[in-house]
Amino acid sequence: MSAPAVTGPLRPRRHPWRAVIGVIAVLLVANLLYKIANNQGFQWDVVARYFTAPIILRGLIGTIWLTIATVVLGFFFGTLLAVARLSQNPVLQTLSWGYVWFFRSVPLLVLILFTFNIGYLVPDIEIGLPFMEPWVSVPTNSVITPLGAGLLALTLHEAAYAAEIVRGGILGVDQGQFEAASALGISRRRTMMRIVIPQAMRSIIPSAGNQLIGMLKGTSMVSVIAVGDLLYSAQTVYNRTFQVVPLLMVATLWYVVVTTLMSWGQFYVERYFARGATRQMALTPLQRVRTWLRSPPAEPARGEART
Amino acid sequence: MNAATGAPLVRIRGLEKSYGAFKVLHGIDLDVDRGEVVTLIGPSGSGKSTMLRCINRLEIFQAGRVEVDGVVIGYRDAVGRDGPELRELSQAEIERQRADIGMVFQNFNLFPHMTVLQNITEAPVSVRRVPRAAAVENARALLNRVGLSDKEKAYPRELSGGQQQRVAIARALAMKPKLMLFDEPTSALDPELVGEVLGVMRDLALEGMTMLVVTHEWGFARELADRVAFFDQGRIVEIGSPDQVFSAPVNERTRAFLSKVL
Repeated sequence: MSAPAVTGPLRPRRHPWRAVIGVIAVLLVANLLYKIANNQGFQWDVVARYFTAPIILRGLIGTIWLTIATVVLGFFFGTLLAVARLSQNPVLQTLSWGYVWFFRSVPLLVLILFTFNIGYLVPDIEIGLPFMEPWVSVPTNSVITPLGAGLLALTLHEAAYAAEIVRGGILGVDQGQFEAASALGISRRRTMMRIVIPQAMRSIIPSAGNQLIGMLKGTSMVSVIAVGDLLYSAQTVYNRTFQVVPLLMVATLWYVVVTTLMSWGQFYVERYFARGATRQMALTPLQRVRTWLRSPPAEPARGEART
Repeated sequence: MNAATGAPLVRIRGLEKSYGAFKVLHGIDLDVDRGEVVTLIGPSGSGKSTMLRCINRLEIFQAGRVEVDGVVIGYRDAVGRDGPELRELSQAEIERQRADIGMVFQNFNLFPHMTVLQNITEAPVSVRRVPRAAAVENARALLNRVGLSDKEKAYPRELSGGQQQRVAIARALAMKPKLMLFDEPTSALDPELVGEVLGVMRDLALEGMTMLVVTHEWGFARELADRVAFFDQGRIVEIGSPDQVFSAPVNERTRAFLSKVL
């Protein structure tokens, strides 16, 4: 205000067409939503009735359980594969490469059908030394239930992708970090656990979140071998009632809900691993709202001013 | 440790190093006494940094022998079928040797996801098994020494280059090393920040720390180095007091190099 009005106020350009296009877009979307909501084919009353039905909720829990188990196991073995690939042992490197090559080549659905029928290829599971009489031997079909087969296939598949994600994350860590840790006498294992992996996490997390959400829906493939996941539960119901569309909608809505929760969780995990890496922490949605309420024009929220 | 007082702290003999067919070091011999400061100068690619990195085995060399405090680095003397030989130590043994040798890098290489204090305490706690409270206490004393007492909770990215390098020096000192290796410690710094790092190094030199410093800071070399070694094409072609090397170089290539940079 007190500045001399030599140049006059700076007036930003107006963009009337933005408003027009925005209004048209909103109308189109609103129209679409209206049609969906009023389409009798969706039978929203049936959707509402089954949304929290015990059989659906059991399926939902099955899906979540299977997703988490797969991703945890997948990333556990994937990390081992990544470390093997980056090790100095050429045999381990090659085996790791071969594993990733093979399990990325096989379609997940085929893999699921294979593991389900594994009893045909491997009648007994044996524990012992190679080429020697086994110490323990059990019939495969007693261990590989449909759920076990599904978990096995999903984990084998997931580990191959996780290996590449973790390897990429480790490769992204500056070579100087390994050297600094070495020079201090820190062991290789400790260097990995304390120095490298935490930094690699920054680039691993977005891809891992992607994998997690992909796997949430990937698990629906186990419905082909009659594992009681969310989709299979919905199918069980509509095979009886023939209300195919509303029950698919029930499953879809649940997939959307869980994906939303996972995306939300991912934001906070990413924020945690960004510590020290960015000068300004990403604002949480709540902080963003608060900042906006306090002073609508953009102003960095309560971050320490740094030079 | 069979360190006889008076024996050199660092003894390098016949050090040869190649990257593939390219020979970087052609048989380096160098002794560094306890408390001595030796600066390594020379054109880039002359092998000075490589030699420094051979001392704590960040680089593996093809021939020669490096001893620190009377102990061979990376190997054990043994008698093989064809006479005496050096047998490579285990990874754990090499790690133990490295813990006694501090190193400061051109790019600081602080751990970005840890605070300043965590950077300094990580190795003492995990390698030396120092109780955390004692490690923290020592880290604070070191931060005080490098003039960064108020920064212990900061992350490296929040510090200036000069501050980061001072933290890196404190991190190395936290291991109570016998020897400090500096690999171009001020080359990545803005000119106005060089002084604060050199100041810390000066204090360290005056306290009697044995230091090997690869640097382009002639002022530092002149003031604090006991000896200056001039590297060229993988050889030490001239070594002597700063006065001698800078003012009256004997070697023709030293003269040519100094006339270009001074």
